[in-house]
Amino acid sequence: MKKIFALLLALSLICCLFAGCAPASGGGASGDVIKIGVYEPQSGDNGAGGKQEILGMQYANYMTPTVEIGGKTYNVELVIADNESSNDKAVSAATKLISEGCSVILGSYGSGVSIAASDTFASAGLAAIGVTCTNPQVTAGNDHYFRICFLDPFQGTVLANFAHDKLGAQTVFCLGQLGNDYDQGLINYFKQAAEGLGMNVITAEFPENNSDFTSYLTTAKNEGADVIFAPCSISYAQLIVEQCAAQGIDVPLLAGDTWDSNVILNAAQGKNSEIYVSTFYAEGGDKDFEAGIKKWINENPTAKANNGNDDMVAAVTVMGYDAYYTALEALKAAGSGDPAAVKAALPGVTYKGVSGSIAFDATGDAVRDTAYIKAANTETGVWDFVAVQGVN
Amino acid sequence: MSAFLQANLPFILAGISVGGQYALIAIGYTMVYGILRLINFAHGDVFMVAGLVMVYTTAALPIYISIPIVLVATVLLGLLIERVAYKPLRSAPRMSVMISAIGVSYLLQNCALYFTGGLPQVYPEIPFLSRSVTIFGATTKMVTVITPILTIILVVLLVLLINHTKIGMAMRAVSKDFETSQLMGVRINSVISVTFAIGCFLAAVGSLLYFTNYTSVIPTSGAMPGLKAFVAAVFGGIGSIPGAVIGAFIIGICENIIKGVGWTTFSDAFTFVLLIVILLVKPTGIFGEKATDKV
Repeated sequence: MKKIFALLLALSLICCLFAGCAPASGGGASGDVIKIGVYEPQSGDNGAGGKQEILGMQYANYMTPTVEIGGKTYNVELVIADNESSNDKAVSAATKLISEGCSVILGSYGSGVSIAASDTFASAGLAAIGVTCTNPQVTAGNDHYFRICFLDPFQGTVLANFAHDKLGAQTVFCLGQLGNDYDQGLINYFKQAAEGLGMNVITAEFPENNSDFTSYLTTAKNEGADVIFAPCSISYAQLIVEQCAAQGIDVPLLAGDTWDSNVILNAAQGKNSEIYVSTFYAEGGDKDFEAGIKKWINENPTAKANNGNDDMVAAVTVMGYDAYYTALEALKAAGSGDPAAVKAALPGVTYKGVSGSIAFDATGDAVRDTAYIKAANTETGVWDFVAVQGVN
Repeated sequence: MSAFLQANLPFILAGISVGGQYALIAIGYTMVYGILRLINFAHGDVFMVAGLVMVYTTAALPIYISIPIVLVATVLLGLLIERVAYKPLRSAPRMSVMISAIGVSYLLQNCALYFTGGLPQVYPEIPFLSRSVTIFGATTKMVTVITPILTIILVVLLVLLINHTKIGMAMRAVSKDFETSQLMGVRINSVISVTFAIGCFLAAVGSLLYFTNYTSVIPTSGAMPGLKAFVAAVFGGIGSIPGAVIGAFIIGICENIIKGVGWTTFSDAFTFVLLIVILLVKPTGIFGEKATDKV
């Protein structure tokens, strides 16, 4: 009796599994659909950022749900795979997108996962467009990974210049996650530029899932740091902001594009924090676009929840929006939804997006020479525009 | 001297505070092990769920109602896990129960992933505990000071309960010999339930303190503190309550001193090297009793 019961239980679980699969695998049958793969984290450390980036693509898909290729109109379908912000889940998420028959891939937020899945996309002959992965290794040495944002050597230099010129820093304490390609890459480029400018740089690393930053912050204070540079994931950033304020450390916090999120603003609101970030897009750059996407977010409860329950437009959302249109341009230029044709057409694609003009150089990187610096306003809980910063 | 103290006090304070939080979790591991000879791998995740319950209840209710709800809900969750995942396996080999515990751990993590949508949840501020205080020039949160005091009070109460009450006597009897105490008329199921209830209650208190300090809850939030508390329990001698508490404080303080010295990369490695060393040198831990195997 017990055995039969156990067997029934197991069988019913298996049935549930198949029920879950059925609608997902049944959708790709019709002939006039073009699939764009969205390779983004929806959970894990970068889940919040990945969701905001997807929002941009979904809004773009809502605005322009079709594409005309060779005189025929195709419906564009976004196929979303969650890479869980984890390098070892990257390949299975990438494989899912390949088996769904996507024409081109967008993503990911986070350089590590992009690098991890790169070979999988390459062996399937798929081209990928990186949206906000800023580590040079994503596109270096391959012909299938492209990207529409600036790179870490540029961003690191911009931030070092900003720390030196505007904040007048002499000693900088750098804090990054151990083994994270994005954190360590950006810190490395920042360090090179900062030491070139005559600043003293101290680095420290924290392990994954760490939540106690008080010791690191105390070290920073004891070393006499003028600025703390912590370009890490949002979930750690939130803790760093919080613990910095609780410990009464009034040193400015400086970070890269990951910190440009309303999660940081919420953490800093009402506290005595000074936070600067470099990012891809400054609010107010395109009023019509912002009004449109805010309306869409407010009308769509799921989108609003994914945006952290407010309608602030994150820079990564803007980049996601531009990435979608870049992909459509590539499809038009290719003249078909064939992955190989899209890959061949991508190097020549140009597009004028909300975040600026996009054109690819020989390695497949976007040609970009400006970054925006923003500061968190701890009273109103919004980002204040500080400066457009280039490289000196 | 005072300058040295002022510079290094924050490390010690953070260590004592985090040690107290590990201690509250470690007691849950050590008590369950003492009675069932089971390493309850789901314990760290129960701790995480307590954090999430707090996040969701404070969204709807005032804080002084949510705290009791969190404590009660966590105890009920512990009892439910015991009833559903461990009790049916009471006569099964010990390994089956352990595998069941690992299963529960993943189940809780994945349920949390489903409910939170994978986004970090901001833990609410508890007015008194979240306040900033200055001790000898080092600024920290009130919770850092409260944690060790509260931990010691709770441990003293627990030791009194175990040594001076009827249920405490039953627990001691069961941990000495499971079968014999059953034959002597100890109601084994209620003793086990009480053990789980106490363990989960302390984990819930630990989660209140821990997340007030580190204000973000993610589905894997319980994994690292859980693992370190487990190491603390082994270090102090699994099955011994004072051992677990002392082990937890040692681990918390050493970890933060290592970060303060500048070897930040190795702070976690230290904890696990400590585990290996103690298992090699003194497998029963500091306060562990030498097991006499009856042949």
